[in-house]
Amino acid sequence: MAKETSRSRAHPPGGVTPDFEGVWEYVPAPESTSHVRIEPRYGLFIGGRFVPAKSGKTFDTIEPATEQKLAEVAEAGEADVDAAVRAAERAYEKVWRRMPGKERGKYVYRLARMLQEKAREFAVLETRNGGKPIKESRDLDVPLAAAHFFYYAGWADKLDYAFPGRKARPLGVAGQVIPWNFPLLMAAWKVAPALAAGNTCVLKPAETTPLTALHLAKLVEEADLPPGVVNVVTGAGATGAALVSHPKVRKVAFTGSTEVGKRIQRALAGTGKRLTLELGGKAANIVFADAPIDQAVEGIVNGIYFNQGHVCCAGSRLLVEESVHDLVVRKLAHRIRTLRLGDPLDKNTDVGAINSKAQLEKIRELVDSGVADGAVLTQAPCRLPVKGFWFPPSFFTNVAQSMRIASEEIFGPVLAIQTFRTPEEAVEKANNTMYGLSAGVWTDKGSKIFHVSRKLRAGVVWANTYNKFDPTSPFGGYKESGFGREGGLHGLQAYLEPV
Amino acid sequence: MGVLRSPAVDQVALEERAAALGKRSIKKDAKVAGIRLAISMCDLTTLEGKDSPGKVRQLCAKALRPDPEDPSVPSVAAVCVYSDLVAAAKGALAGSDVKVASVSTAFPSGRSPLPVKLADVRRAVGAGADEIDMVIDRGAFLAGAYRRVSDEIAATKEACTRRNGPPVRLKVILETGELETYDNVRRASDLAIAAGADFIKTSTGKVSPAATPAVTLCMLEAIRDHWLATGVKVGMKPAGGIRTSKQALHYLVIVKETLGADWLTPDLFRFGASALLNDLLMQLRKERTGRYRSDEEFTKD
Repeated sequence: MAKETSRSRAHPPGGVTPDFEGVWEYVPAPESTSHVRIEPRYGLFIGGRFVPAKSGKTFDTIEPATEQKLAEVAEAGEADVDAAVRAAERAYEKVWRRMPGKERGKYVYRLARMLQEKAREFAVLETRNGGKPIKESRDLDVPLAAAHFFYYAGWADKLDYAFPGRKARPLGVAGQVIPWNFPLLMAAWKVAPALAAGNTCVLKPAETTPLTALHLAKLVEEADLPPGVVNVVTGAGATGAALVSHPKVRKVAFTGSTEVGKRIQRALAGTGKRLTLELGGKAANIVFADAPIDQAVEGIVNGIYFNQGHVCCAGSRLLVEESVHDLVVRKLAHRIRTLRLGDPLDKNTDVGAINSKAQLEKIRELVDSGVADGAVLTQAPCRLPVKGFWFPPSFFTNVAQSMRIASEEIFGPVLAIQTFRTPEEAVEKANNTMYGLSAGVWTDKGSKIFHVSRKLRAGVVWANTYNKFDPTSPFGGYKESGFGREGGLHGLQAYLEPV
Repeated sequence: MGVLRSPAVDQVALEERAAALGKRSIKKDAKVAGIRLAISMCDLTTLEGKDSPGKVRQLCAKALRPDPEDPSVPSVAAVCVYSDLVAAAKGALAGSDVKVASVSTAFPSGRSPLPVKLADVRRAVGAGADEIDMVIDRGAFLAGAYRRVSDEIAATKEACTRRNGPPVRLKVILETGELETYDNVRRASDLAIAAGADFIKTSTGKVSPAATPAVTLCMLEAIRDHWLATGVKVGMKPAGGIRTSKQALHYLVIVKETLGADWLTPDLFRFGASALLNDLLMQLRKERTGRYRSDEEFTKD
């Protein structure tokens, strides 16, 4: 094993440096987009039909990698939201709640299959509208979204057996507000359990990434779901606010920032509406000295640079045992040089575009604060495209727990690295945050995994891996990361009440 | 050699990383360049009981000019034969840069007394071999007799010295299919490198599984750690089971993204294969002409 002697935190990479560019270069391998038709204009999907906003207002949705306009999208006002909720309520009362679970399940299965059939179309749309690499939308977002529909479809006719000794019934209309980092996947997390449980829904996709939700609406139309069972209203914060506070909505599911989550909880206080919140995170990825170091480095990379770090459960704080700090930092510095940043549609791209200008500014502001606070910044030396929103894979060493970069969610490809000396110190630092969504533990010792993960206040703890998702596994947070679980039986329960 | 401490290897994450590198899209110019590079890295191999001088000479002709239709196709790196056929190969390759590698040390099992193994090595070296592919004593390794394994490698290395002429390079075959776990592979890699290996090699080709992307990545990580710590470059040779251009390009991607351009040379990376070369030639011709040709157009030897 490589021996590391001097501790030179200020200059992590020392000695030999691999040349990852010479001799043999890959050529661009762009995914074809000719099979994906993007309409010039999208309406709201209400009561089984696409309709313009009553106000006639629209907004542009763009491709963050090029800043080019992709389409105009209707902006739903209060009246539109009201129409959508009423359509959902009608569908709930007249059709959906009465339909035998077996029949409901068929529709959900159909959506799952159709999503698989159109996987390439959805992957390209997700990548163009959101900026994420095609390899991620192709290999993770879309297949996992389909898997959620398949999984929950199976529950539709088994609700009577889901909770031993109790029967369960649906809640009614679900108002669902989702974020821009995994637009289709979050739509699936919300819509699939709601439908399987017998609820109807009104989905509000994020302002910057409405396209896959709208194409999901087209799928709902093609799948011949009864009108009003799924409705999609596009717009910004005001649209979401109108949806969650609509009196006919019986259940609210929100994934997004902690700030907005708190506002929603305040707005819902005393209304009797059911609420689940999946909010921010500042997860600790803990690497012990006995960890499989090379694999841990891969886990660190996956933890923070996956989806440009736009991941609520991102491993944004690396806690590394002091004795291997220099080695890990050196390997990480080398590894980020191999990350290929650029055209998200290129099959070899590892890091795509930042989702929006606003998000890029927020990342820059926090990174500047880290530099001003005295942390040492290392960035991949990649060339950034001129147009579009980009930020290179970055990490900070010399990070103190009190710095903003160690406590605030950056939601970008920026890692804060700290050290610890003992397992107790690792746990203390990992839990010393307002958040509690996820964590990672890397060690070759099985007993240490259990010892440490039991003490971590986080909804998900990954051991010797990171960012692994499965529809059967519940996902959700502690503290300011929210409450309620999505996925698995827990996720189904959130859309049912016992009778 | 002091106390050897090898880092742990996580099987799931290692295999995941190796598989992820297989998803790189290598098309057009990158594909052609990669295939040409792979051809230049081939150790064209024949290791059969029925090998004869005539067969070896035919193989050497193919090694020198893999595609007679296209003189721009590079020669392979080496021809790999048993020690009694080194002289035949050497004669057929005289005046060229193509090296002669000889398997030895009671290949493939390694089940002979050390003096017999060393006699095998000296015979090949004496006949002019440029490279020696030795096997480790897997029985000793699995029994925990690491010192013995290490001493044998060191003794073989010593037997590789030639008074006059360039040094004979030593490739150490771990036979990873018999070591089974990646922790063992990593430990054996570290041990072989510390004992003086110029190359570490996965397999004899006589045991299944032979080379895999994950086991190769595991060994490249050992090479990388040694390089980072000492600045010394050790070569890598996956052998056995690599039959297609697509597989070969996957390996090159793993090398490129683990160790970088320094290792993308026949001096530090080889493919031990016999069937691979014809697929590389066929794909190269397809890229040039846009059509696949009958495999009968490519000579079997």
